[in-house]
Amino acid sequence: MSNNIMTFIRAQLADSLLPWAVQNAAAEKFACSLAEVEELALENGILPARYQRNQNMISTAEQLLLFRSRIAVIGCGGLGGYVIEELARIGVGRIIAIDPDVFEEHNLNRQLLATVHTLGQAKAEAAAARVSEINPAVTVTPVKDAFCRANGRDLLDGVNVAVDALDCISCRLELAETSAEMLIPMVHGAIGGWYGHVATQLPGDTTVQSIYSNWVQGKGIEKELGNPAFTPAVVASLQVAEVCKILLGKGELLRRRKLSIDLLDMEIHEIPYGSPADVIYLPTRDIESARAAG
Amino acid sequence: MQITLKLFATFRNDRFKVAQQEIPDGTECRTIVLGLGLTEEEIGIILVNGRHVTLDYVLHDSETLSLFPLVGGG
Repeated sequence: MSNNIMTFIRAQLADSLLPWAVQNAAAEKFACSLAEVEELALENGILPARYQRNQNMISTAEQLLLFRSRIAVIGCGGLGGYVIEELARIGVGRIIAIDPDVFEEHNLNRQLLATVHTLGQAKAEAAAARVSEINPAVTVTPVKDAFCRANGRDLLDGVNVAVDALDCISCRLELAETSAEMLIPMVHGAIGGWYGHVATQLPGDTTVQSIYSNWVQGKGIEKELGNPAFTPAVVASLQVAEVCKILLGKGELLRRRKLSIDLLDMEIHEIPYGSPADVIYLPTRDIESARAAG
Repeated sequence: MQITLKLFATFRNDRFKVAQQEIPDGTECRTIVLGLGLTEEEIGIILVNGRHVTLDYVLHDSETLSLFPLVGGG
């Protein structure tokens, strides 16, 4: 059947690209999914026309790599909404959208998936509905549940990258532990008011644990400041760039370093997170004994 | 002895971005943090000369202490 589909597609290419109408017609005529048509086209070196502006930075072979990837987005609020939108637009084929909450009115100032029509709707379900409007070839698996150690291994099964778009520090640490155990790269982002940060953790790194090594309980500055419209968009976009680089094996990752972003004073600081041996910590008694000895 | 104290994000509000401070020998980072009216729970990261330390770290002359608040929202 794939030969028949390819013959059908090849006869209707426009400037060597696969138009959306033809992708739809092929799925209908051959009773297969839009995703199956897209994968087959990409395997045969044919780019769906929607990705033509990706083409000078992402080749057709790389577009296939993205399409065959499975990304878990943990949290579908401020960060997660933008992350899911961008992953779907760039052509990542499978997205697991995880969030236990429903949209409330106070989400409307910043959460991309929150609209007057989605109030009361599960955030994970709204993510699936949004992606089906943007790019129906992308498969979204909505999970209306909170990520934790108990369900983490099931939720991250077969995932290429986990995107940390959570809003709770203990949950972030649970995600970091589960990702490490499952050897899954994790892209961490956090926001509060005018401020945010991003870091990428590959298996074996403990950057996220280090970022929160002084944390005892509760929330950060976001508790007092809330979050405006632009901070999640900035940090989520940096996270998606990192996801794409991990999937494509390109560029320099934010590995063992964190970008700390201040949109009020427009400053970006890079904080190194080396191996634990890089951390200088001398308990007072050691210094005193060193001084006494020396 | 003298240190340079750099504050980031919300820690700058009603304070400063950077300041020189005279401190006694043996001063821990914790003393500086509490002296600014901050609590330990508000602290995200503490850097001395660009390297991570804990609140117990005892400062030396001419070091630069940088304090960032905890950020965890999504």
